[in-house]
Formats: sequence, C-alpha cells, structure tokens
Amino acid sequence: MIEIKDLHKSYKMGSNSLHVLKGINFSCEAGELVAIMGSSGSGKSTLLNILGMLDEADSGEYTLDGVPIKDLSETKAANYRNKFLGFVFQSFNLINYKSAMENVALPLYYQRVPRKERQEKSLKYLERVGLREWATHLPSELSGGQKQRVAIARAMAAEPKVLLADEPTGALDSTTSYEVMDLIQKINDEGNTILVVTHEPDIAEMCKRVIHLKDGVIVEDKKVEQVRASQYVK
Amino acid sequence: MFNKDRWREIIEVLSSNVGRTLLTAFGVCWGIFILITLLAAGKGFENGIRKDFGDIATNTMFMWTRSTTKPFEGLPKGRSFEFKTNDVQAIWDNVPNLKYISPRNQIGGFRGGGNVVRGIRIGAYDVYGDYPEIIKQDPMTVTSGRFINYNDIEQKRKVAIIGQGVQSELYDKGEEVLGSYIKIRGINFLVIGTYKKNNNDGDGEEAQKQIFVPFTSFSQAFNRGEDVGWMAITAHDGSSISQLKENIIEVMRKRHKVHPEDKRAIGYFDLYEQFNRVESLFFGLKAIAYLVGIMVLLSGIIGVSNIMLIVVKERTKEIGIRRALGEQPISIKKQILMESIFLTIISGMVGIIFGALLIYGINSLLDSVGPVDMFMNPSVSVGVVSGALMILMISGLLAGFIPAQSAIRVRPIEALRTE
Ligand SMILES: Nc1ncnc2c1ncn2[C@@H]1O[C@H](COP(=O)(O)OP(=O)(O)OP(=O)(O)O)[C@@H](O)[C@H]1O
Ligand SMILES: [Mg+2]
Repeated sequence: MIEIKDLHKSYKMGSNSLHVLKGINFSCEAGELVAIMGSSGSGKSTLLNILGMLDEADSGEYTLDGVPIKDLSETKAANYRNKFLGFVFQSFNLINYKSAMENVALPLYYQRVPRKERQEKSLKYLERVGLREWATHLPSELSGGQKQRVAIARAMAAEPKVLLADEPTGALDSTTSYEVMDLIQKINDEGNTILVVTHEPDIAEMCKRVIHLKDGVIVEDKKVEQVRASQYVK
Repeated sequence: MFNKDRWREIIEVLSSNVGRTLLTAFGVCWGIFILITLLAAGKGFENGIRKDFGDIATNTMFMWTRSTTKPFEGLPKGRSFEFKTNDVQAIWDNVPNLKYISPRNQIGGFRGGGNVVRGIRIGAYDVYGDYPEIIKQDPMTVTSGRFINYNDIEQKRKVAIIGQGVQSELYDKGEEVLGSYIKIRGINFLVIGTYKKNNNDGDGEEAQKQIFVPFTSFSQAFNRGEDVGWMAITAHDGSSISQLKENIIEVMRKRHKVHPEDKRAIGYFDLYEQFNRVESLFFGLKAIAYLVGIMVLLSGIIGVSNIMLIVVKERTKEIGIRRALGEQPISIKKQILMESIFLTIISGMVGIIFGALLIYGINSLLDSVGPVDMFMNPSVSVGVVSGALMILMISGLLAGFIPAQSAIRVRPIEALRTE
C-alpha cells in the first residue's frame, strides 16, 4: 500500500539547515495498523505530513497504492489527499462554525457528491462513531473525545485508502483515548490501512506494528500482539 | 460554481461577524449613494436648464439692426438702417447649409399697451408677422384650426393664430374662437387657429400670449413696407450656425454699406453657442459627480479589501483544514472572491436604494412646492444604475483579489500549524 525509499527531508533556517529525515525506508501492506513512535522532535509529524502530501520530501521515492507521488502541483495534491487520504489531528481541526454533520460532509463536498447523498453518508459515519444524535451540534458543544470521533468520521467519510492520525489521543485523557483507539481498531478490523503517530506506549501496543524513529532513521520495526482497547471501555 | 452550498458558505462567513460586515458594507454603500445622488442632482440641474430652452431649434441665431458706429463710403456714423425683405434671398444665395431663414416683424412687447380689441374686451399682446417656417424654429402645438401657410402669405390674408393665453382673456369659456374676428390696432383679423407652447420657464405665461399673422399681411396692415424687424436663421443639422454666422453678417454689411470692422451695427444672439456652453457645463458636472463618487467608492473598496484580508488571516487555519481535506486552491480563491463581490454588490444595492429614495423624496418635495428655477426632476437612468452595478462587480472582484491570493499563498502544512 505504502512504499518509501531513502526519504530525506531537511528544514532550512537562515544559514543552518536541520536534517530531520535521513533516509527513511518503509513499506506497509493494506490493512495494517502501524504506530510511529519516537522522542519529541524526532520527525514523526514530518514523516506523516510527507506521507499525507501536505509536505514534500527533498529526495527519495514515495508510492501510494502503486501511484508514484512526486512533483505534485498544489491542485493535484489536493485531489490526491481528497481521494486517497484521511487525516486525524491532535487538535481535532474541526471547522468551528459548521455542525458535526457538515464537518463530516466536507470531504464529500470536494468530491462533488450531491447534497442529499452527502447528508446521508455523513449521518452514516456519525452513526458509526456513535454520534448520530449530535449531528446538528457545533464542535464547541462537544467534548474532546466526541470532537475526535467526529474528526475520525470526517476522515473516513471519503473512504480513503490510508488513514493518517497524528497523536489522535494526545489531547485526551486515558479513558477517552481508549474509546478513540477502540474506534480506530474497529475501522482497521474492516480492512482499512491506518498509521498512528504517538508518544504513549500503551497506545502503541494497541496497534499491530510499531516503528521507532531516532536521529532521522527507523531504528526499530516490530510486529506486536495487539491489545484490544474494548476491554478498557465500559 | 453558483451552487447552494457556496451561497450558504458565503452567508455563514459574512454573518459570523455581523458588526464588522455592516461596517465594511457601509463604505461601499456610502460611495455608491454619493455617486447616484450627485448624478441625479446634475441631471436635475440639466433638466431644469433644458426646460428653459424649451423646444426651440438650438442651431439658430437671431439677427437685428442697430446704428452704425463707423463712417463708411461717405456715410456718417450713427446712421440707422433696416433689413429688407430681399435680404433674405441674398442670404440664401451667398451662404450654404442654411435650413430656415425667417424674417420677422413685431408690435407690442412689454410697453405695448392695449393693442388688441374684441368687442368690449381689450388686451396687450405681442403680435408677430411671420412666415410658415417659424413654427419649426420656435415650435408650438396648434391646438385648433391651423397655422399660417403660403396662401396666406401670397394673398396677404388678414388671418391670425392666437395663443391660449390670448384666448382665455378675450373669449368666454366654450365660446367659438375659429371664425371670430379680433381687432389689432384697429384692423380686423380672422382667427384661424390657436396654439400652445411647451416651454415652461419664467416666460411661460408670456409665451402663450402671442398672436401670429402672415408676414405680408402684417407689413401691409402696419405700414412696414419692405422692412424686416429681425431674422431667425437656422442651419442644417450637419453644420453649426456659430460657424456660418460671420458669413451671414458679412453679406448684410455689404448690402447695407456697413464698415467691415463695424461690430456693433448688426446685433445677434447665437443660441447654439449658448447651448453648447451649457452642454459643456453639464458634461463637467457629470465628470465631477463620477470623480467624487468613484473616489468615495474607492475608499469603500479598499475597506472591503482590508477586511477580507483580516478575514483570510483569521481563517488561515480553517483554510489549511479545508485544503488538507482536499479543497482545490482555485475553489478557495473563488470563495473569497465571491464573498467580496457579494458583500460589495449587496451594500452597493442598499446604497442605490437609499439614493433612489432620496431622489424620490426630492421629487415629491419639488412637486408639492411647485417648479424651482433651474432645477427639475432629478433622476438617474437605468443605464447609470446598471453601470453602477457593473462598477460594483468589478470593484468587488478587485477588492477580493489580493485577499484571495494571500489565502492560497500559505501552504496547507503551515496553515495547520498556526494555533
Ligand atoms: N517548518 C519547519 N521549519 C523548521 N523546522 C521544523 C519545521 N517543522 C519541523 N521542524 C523541526 O523538525 C524537527 C522534527 O519535527 P516534527 O514535528 O516532525 O517532530 P515530532 O517527532 O512530530 O515531534 P513531537 O513529538 O514533538 O510532535 C523538529 O526539530 C522541529 O523543530
Ligand atoms: Mg509531532
């Protein structure tokens, strides 16, 4: 599903340049649930943003589901993001003047799905994250966990090939974190490919594979026995 | 592009900060209001002045004799002379591009005293000896009967056309006018028609109190011989009387032995020149109205542009989210541009409506207090209004352009990072 070879990325800051990714090689199959770990500043977000086509690598190859990703115009990148990728952020990033349902419908709007169908679909996904009754509420009326579940529904609404989550539980307490991870596991059970950046070992253990980033390279890549989050959820 | 979602989006954004939106709208509203009001005021002034000219053919000059101020060919200065009827033919022969030449004679005027009698009624009116063409130069509507024709001229018929003002003073209501006789300076004239003039200026009433008789009959009845009091000369539409004027006067100077340098011997009034002077005044007024209006509008537009820039700044994060979710840059640009155009046009229309209300108010005020000198019926045409809307459309586009550009200049990754 994802194939990256010798990926490099550095940030220029005045005269210095900071070499963040120093040759990343990584691949993953469809249906995997991968945790990306590493200390703060190790380049986890940078890697995820490159995978998400929000940022560009300096060199290296990147293939997504057989499509080589390079020299993208902003228009084409937007197009690919919309069709191939779903994003979940630490700070939820919901649009605050739109209701939960409108937020979920947004990626469908960019796919020019007709209004009626858009509403039906977004209600379906809200149902799946257990927030059907909250459809007309604004983000400000939701709890952190609820916001993140709306964000996950939004990311899934466009039926992406890969779901990219950058510290999805970073702003949540542990109970809510497990609820969110339970949801992510269920989505993965349906065969979706998911990459999760996290600091927390217990969250990483709920994935099927963990990779460690250090000094700009992958220092560890291991399969783990998945801990089900449902046992912690009432 | 013009779908429902887009509109909902625009309304949502603009209504999310009502106070700011209204404040922004006010700038544009005010600008277009001033533009419309100034143009209407200019038009009102123009209408007022034009009404004073009435329907009179504007490519016309009037010419009369005074006394000479220079001796010439043995003749002394201070000599008075008269135009003669054969001068008319001489002008036709020597000056091209003329449409009408009407020799005229007149009795009465302001100091005329009672000169017209019918039975026991008596009145003081201007009585003109005229050719049939005068009705083309000084238009009037024949309300009953007919105007002078060439049979009247040739046969020197003692017939008269009277104004409605004359009729109301000399006749009872409902009394038959046509076929009756009036006595002008003791001579009987048969009334064959009545007229009404359209100009409505200060002399409006005076204009309805005139009597027209055939030129030849006039000369015979009042002993004018071959004398011509003055002439009304109109040029063809293609040429201007102002340019032909010198030729005509020169022909007259020659025929009446006036020194070529004697500017004062022949008097004239060039209506066309006056008219043109006024026309350029109207043009100037219009230019000033547009200049001032557009300046004010411009400041309104800059206001809109500024606010849109702030809105874009505030929405950087949101725009980043949208782009991460796959919105095309062009779509974001369109969104910002349409917000700007929408805001500009709506506030502009409010300005137009307020302007229209003000104009309507002034019009009804003018209606109730009666005509005012040099001001009448201020208005703006549909053309001006649609022009204003065009200007608004373009200015909205211009106002949104820079903000739209800056909205997509920020890369999504940077937009998402801003907290
Ligand atoms: N736009 C940028 N300009 C300059 N330096 C940057 C930029 N983005 C990231 N960096 C630097 O690159 C390094 C890696 O950043 P990154 O955000 O990928 O770390 P991270 O692993 O996600 O850290 P954290 O766990 O704190 O989120 C950091 O040292 C950071 O300061
Ligand atoms: Mg990070």
